[in-house]
Amino acid sequence: MAKQTALYAKHLEANGKIVDFGGWDMPIHYGSQIQEHKAVREQAGMFDVSHMTIVDVRGPDATAYLQKLLANDVAKLKESGKALYSGMLNNEGGVIDDLIVYKMDGWYRTVVNCSTREKDLEWMSRQSKGFEVSLTERPELAMVAVQGPQAIERVKQVKPEAAELIDGLNIFQGKGKGEWFLARTGYTGEDGLEIMVPEAEVAAFWQQLLDAGVAPAGLGARDTLRLEAGMNLYGNDMDESISPLQAGMGWTIAWEPAERDFIGRAALEAEKAARAANPQQALKLVGLVLETRGVMRSHQKVVVEGIGEGEVTSGTFSPSLEYSIAMARVPVGTTDKCLVEMRGKLVPARVVKLPFVRNGKQQF
Amino acid sequence: MSNIPAELKYVTSHEWIRLEADGTVTIGITDFAQAQLGDVVFVELPEVGTEVEAEQDIAVVESVKAASDIYAPLAGKIIAVNDALVDAPEMANEDPYGNAWFFKMELANADDLNNLLDADAYAAACE
Repeated sequence: MAKQTALYAKHLEANGKIVDFGGWDMPIHYGSQIQEHKAVREQAGMFDVSHMTIVDVRGPDATAYLQKLLANDVAKLKESGKALYSGMLNNEGGVIDDLIVYKMDGWYRTVVNCSTREKDLEWMSRQSKGFEVSLTERPELAMVAVQGPQAIERVKQVKPEAAELIDGLNIFQGKGKGEWFLARTGYTGEDGLEIMVPEAEVAAFWQQLLDAGVAPAGLGARDTLRLEAGMNLYGNDMDESISPLQAGMGWTIAWEPAERDFIGRAALEAEKAARAANPQQALKLVGLVLETRGVMRSHQKVVVEGIGEGEVTSGTFSPSLEYSIAMARVPVGTTDKCLVEMRGKLVPARVVKLPFVRNGKQQF
Repeated sequence: MSNIPAELKYVTSHEWIRLEADGTVTIGITDFAQAQLGDVVFVELPEVGTEVEAEQDIAVVESVKAASDIYAPLAGKIIAVNDALVDAPEMANEDPYGNAWFFKMELANADDLNNLLDADAYAAACE
């Protein structure tokens, strides 16, 4: 029996097509994934992301613990509410999960993926030995992502008492209001908010947003939006066998200060040296654009003539661009062209820099 | 619940078949199939004049979610394809039994029609 979020009845009311996602009954779409995608790019859409796992980290050693646990450095978070994206690596430098960490008042809030919840909690707990910290999961908090050029306006309209707080948020910053937590973050490449709400209040909030014209959007649109935005999906674009350097996450590794000994650091330093010594063997994450018909899909083989092979990690039809786009792990020497093996044929694709779309506009 | 018109015939690979007055058949994908696929973004159709065997894969429908083969439900010859569907693949979601027909065939053997499912049998196959 799959778990259901506090918005499950709302999804059924809105004709959501329910699928199993990491042990949760979640809406994949409410009729048309493409229309939901466009609503987010052009107006405002909302996603139930209550299945994601919130873990609060408290205690006198919280900062030191996270500085060891994460490849990015929470010491970069100067202001309260600021958020940081990071990989949580294993000793071999592979990605156990990617997460967001918010600096709160003297403690931290992390949001990790639902599909990796158990291993994440186990790892976080194991690594906390020797640190004076407490880890508290917050399953009683639901989470709604309201995204799109009109998203912030719509939230202020239905939640006027939070308008001042919202106006004060910089990008990638969150603030609490009672049991609520509102953050200017997202997974779509549009402006918007991710809002944590006590479960008992979330259905009424969802209904208010619906009444204000915010379109419910399912996991299908969430995937095409994040892919257009060049954002990685755990399990597709990286996993425990892939290092951040091969997954376009090099910018999330805080190498300085050199004495910060985060988990995976030694392996990453060795890999970095090997990549420099032998760039032919190294892989990088790039964007692919298909200029013909058809849709690239994950695991399709990529051939870079004269250089080597790679693999599509995520592929889809881009509703904003109206052709297929993909992320692929390819040899570092790849320039502007490659071939993708699709249904038995090698089809030419163009190699571009990520992202594809941000704030409604093509980026390459 | 999917729409399964009583006047059509079906195969378990989710194509519908309509017998026309001149003995040819028109073929498309069912409402159940389009709902499973999600938004259809590309359709590839066979060439007119192609001789096909029953259950041969002869067309492709590609949605945001996945690519699926479309099978010839019966043996025969392709006599027409729906070019308008290639230009507007979203019709497969909007009007699966009308404007979104895929191709028309001349049957090799009219008796083959007896092998097809009626609406009730197809509805049972979708359970």
